[in-house]
Amino acid sequence: MKANCWISPNEVEVNEVPDPAILNSRDAIVRITSTAICGSDLHLLDGYVPTMQEGDILGHEFMGEVVEVGPGVDRGKLRAGDRVVVPFPIGCGACSACQHQLWSCCENTNPNAGVAEKMFGHPTAGIYGYSHLTGGFAGGQAEFARVVLADVNPLKIESDLSDEQVLFLSDILPTGYMGAEMCEITDGDVVAVWGAGPVGQFAMDSARVLGAARVIAIDDVPYRLEMAASQGYDTIDYSDTDVRSALLELTGGRGPDKCIDAVGMEATHGATHLQLYDRVKQAVRSETDRPHALRQAILSCRSGGIVSVIGVYGGLIDKFPAGAWMNRSLTLRTGQCHVQRYMRPLLGRIERGEIDPTRVITHRLPLAEAPHGYDIFKNKADGCEKVVLKP
Amino acid sequence: MELTSTTTVTTPPEEVYAFWRQLDRLPTFMAHLEEVRATEAGRSHWKASAPFGWDVEWDAETTDDVAAQRIAWRSVDGADVPNSGEVRFVPAPGGRGTEVHVTLTYELPGGALGKAVAKYFGEEPSQQLDDDLRRFKQVIETGEVIRSDGAPWGKRAREEFPQHPARPLSDEERKEVLA
Repeated sequence: MKANCWISPNEVEVNEVPDPAILNSRDAIVRITSTAICGSDLHLLDGYVPTMQEGDILGHEFMGEVVEVGPGVDRGKLRAGDRVVVPFPIGCGACSACQHQLWSCCENTNPNAGVAEKMFGHPTAGIYGYSHLTGGFAGGQAEFARVVLADVNPLKIESDLSDEQVLFLSDILPTGYMGAEMCEITDGDVVAVWGAGPVGQFAMDSARVLGAARVIAIDDVPYRLEMAASQGYDTIDYSDTDVRSALLELTGGRGPDKCIDAVGMEATHGATHLQLYDRVKQAVRSETDRPHALRQAILSCRSGGIVSVIGVYGGLIDKFPAGAWMNRSLTLRTGQCHVQRYMRPLLGRIERGEIDPTRVITHRLPLAEAPHGYDIFKNKADGCEKVVLKP
Repeated sequence: MELTSTTTVTTPPEEVYAFWRQLDRLPTFMAHLEEVRATEAGRSHWKASAPFGWDVEWDAETTDDVAAQRIAWRSVDGADVPNSGEVRFVPAPGGRGTEVHVTLTYELPGGALGKAVAKYFGEEPSQQLDDDLRRFKQVIETGEVIRSDGAPWGKRAREEFPQHPARPLSDEERKEVLA
């Protein structure tokens, strides 16, 4: 089959690879009908996530048709012919983490847990197409994928919703939603969102659905801010505006009640001296992540507010504003999305028309053009917000 | 050399005990064990292989067996590498399942065999046992050891990085890992 493979930093290639087959008895093989490029794939592309290897198949947002199930799959839950969306973290449903709905912290699905444990203290779940640190599972930017513990994880789509309406249940819609949910939004809350990429857009939509009085988008890419403005959100362009002052102005001097970091480890702005400091330290790997959005969110949030982090961090950061966090009674909440917790309720919101996930799609490309998709997404060229690939 | 490790599983103590009591299941998750079979009441025959680079066999006797609480065993006279083991099952607080505490003790002989065993366990001997217990947890909670494309070897997951790329195995590679 054809698959989009990581070759080296900033190089991906669509190659011919073996078709997947059943390896564990509860596996299923899915013929992929739609897949997407995620902002976190760019962290892999850029080489900031360790343990990537030449030939690794990328992609953790995918859906399709089940073509084969292993002998251990509960046929009452999944069978050949079913149309499914696959959540990016692999859960087992049986360990303590899964039983507490902490699916992305599953204790059983990462065969490289011994390595992950050394970096993170405790291991985390296996993830498709997302480095060997998260298990070394082949990803879904391909014609077929092997889906693990297939009677627990995939969401069956039994209505006639289009691929584009449900594909993002695999990651970015639940991720954005969890970012807003962690904000515990109450009446009158102003929610500021750093990053107007696809996850940021869905965090904004979710904040509004969950009752935010006002939603503010912070970015420096004009078309992304326009996309947020078209939905009725306020916008701040940090390239020509002082973010903290603008937020105070928009909130009567209070500061946003809740702040969402939908940027993560490769933030590109900030005070020049700190930006240089972070870039140099990240280049020599003595700091793995550039945390500017997180710093700014903490400094901007009103006292007693919540800072919710859904942008991806991989390792260590410097100059964490612990004083602001501690002295102003801020709550910091975070996590890789526990997608399985949100898929069904969010499918309901899509069916009822409360959220339209298709609004972020700007590019539809054949799988063969995945490298071009990565290029325009990374360089924010051609108005690229979200690329859907068709195998 | 004493190795200790512990894990918590959601399974109740009675079931975890019943699982371990069938010693022939240990090789499904313990990397160095090829085979364990009960021979007569309270006795078993153990065979360890590949990772040692050496075939080692011994007979063991069960020295303690308390339902839902504890199983202990030790090799009988004449083993090349005299060893003993104990596993305790402790109810985790607040209905959190069962804590499984394992201790393995090896009396390393001199000479090449002792060196081979020490080399196998490496600088962090308990890491092997940690990995064994991780796989035990997978087996009892999900039914089998989880394989990925990068780490497809199941309980033989001792390959160093770099691993197999995260792309499907060829037919030949798959036959080999599933053998």
